[in-house]
Amino acid sequence: MNGIPFAHEHSVTLCHVCSYVCPEQTHQCPRCESPVHRRKPNSLARTWAFLLAGLIFYIPANLLPVMFTTLFGSSSENTIMSGVIEFAEGGSWDIAILIFIASVVVPCIKFLVLGMLLITCQRRSTWAMRERARLYRFIELIGYWSMLDVLVVALVAALVQFRGLSTIEPRLGILFFGLVVVMTMLAAMSFDPRLIWDAEVDDV
Amino acid sequence: MTHTLQPVDDPAQWIICEHCDSVYDAVPLKKGESSYCLRCRAILDRGPRMSIEQLLALSIAAGIMFIFANVFPVISISLQGLHNEVTLWGSVQALAQGRITLIALVAGLAIIFAPALQIALLFWVLVHAQRGEIAPGFKSCMRALEHLRPWSMLEVCLLGILVAIVKLAGMLDVHPGAGLWAMAMLMVLIVLIAGKDIRRLWDDLGVGPT
Repeated sequence: MNGIPFAHEHSVTLCHVCSYVCPEQTHQCPRCESPVHRRKPNSLARTWAFLLAGLIFYIPANLLPVMFTTLFGSSSENTIMSGVIEFAEGGSWDIAILIFIASVVVPCIKFLVLGMLLITCQRRSTWAMRERARLYRFIELIGYWSMLDVLVVALVAALVQFRGLSTIEPRLGILFFGLVVVMTMLAAMSFDPRLIWDAEVDDV
Repeated sequence: MTHTLQPVDDPAQWIICEHCDSVYDAVPLKKGESSYCLRCRAILDRGPRMSIEQLLALSIAAGIMFIFANVFPVISISLQGLHNEVTLWGSVQALAQGRITLIALVAGLAIIFAPALQIALLFWVLVHAQRGEIAPGFKSCMRALEHLRPWSMLEVCLLGILVAIVKLAGMLDVHPGAGLWAMAMLMVLIVLIAGKDIRRLWDDLGVGPT
């Protein structure tokens, strides 16, 4: 496509830490001494592993309560979805939508897009390469916003500590939810977007 | 602006797209200009937005804001005459309970340790760079900065504080604390100084292969 040369045609490879143009055979960047790989090692297998781990953690993250609230003697447990619904019913539509996007939409988009990228790369598909490359950059950009719910629970639990009157405590669900975010971030980091374009090249 | 490749023989003048491995000739960019990859449309390079002196000044400002954001409470609440307030560290501690302590480590990294290290390392590297020197441990500092970047989540933290304020406003009296304003400024400063732009120090200082 376009005849733009690939790095390996010039026998060079990029250092991802300092952007140095390294000779292809090296395993260590001559400038910053970071490990250099022509492609991220075992990219597809590692990304699948992190993605599946994230998917598995996503189940308890949604089923288990993330927060335990005691208010004037009555206590209740909230899961992520019930927290969103509570906001919506209380009239705070904007906050409900914000938390829904950060805690549900973003992780689901990450699962779907990364899964799609992995399958198309394994099939060496040449379909919509530029759009897939753009999707990957989008995923990298939005990934960490899912930490929102974890931080909100932390702040609220630290604040509402009035013994006898009202207390809020974090619950196990928030651990799994945080792990989902970490796993999907690691999955996005271990995916090598250059694999999308390798389908154009014959000798990989 | 986009530039196509005119192959030359000097790899030091090449620029490789990190998203698709296309090779281009590097073209010096002016302030505000950026170059895009023709194959995958990713950003290849940006012209420098700030001088080293400006970056150093902003990293000092970020250090001061970081201290304010951590010393002063970010939110305070009151309920029937009782009063309580929370700092960033306090909110991390609230997660450190029994089985879920692991997530306190992640939160602590995201909102305290990663930003603190970023500011300290940037200051160290820039204070030497501003005198034209290569800081002791320059390579390790620059590598650490690259690895810390994805884990520093001050933007998310700021939004989290705002959501927590709205969430609690329904059941008790909530007052934003001084730490919140420091946090907001710190977030802007970190976005300005801790981006990939800092990689130009490798070339500016002439750090070459050893």
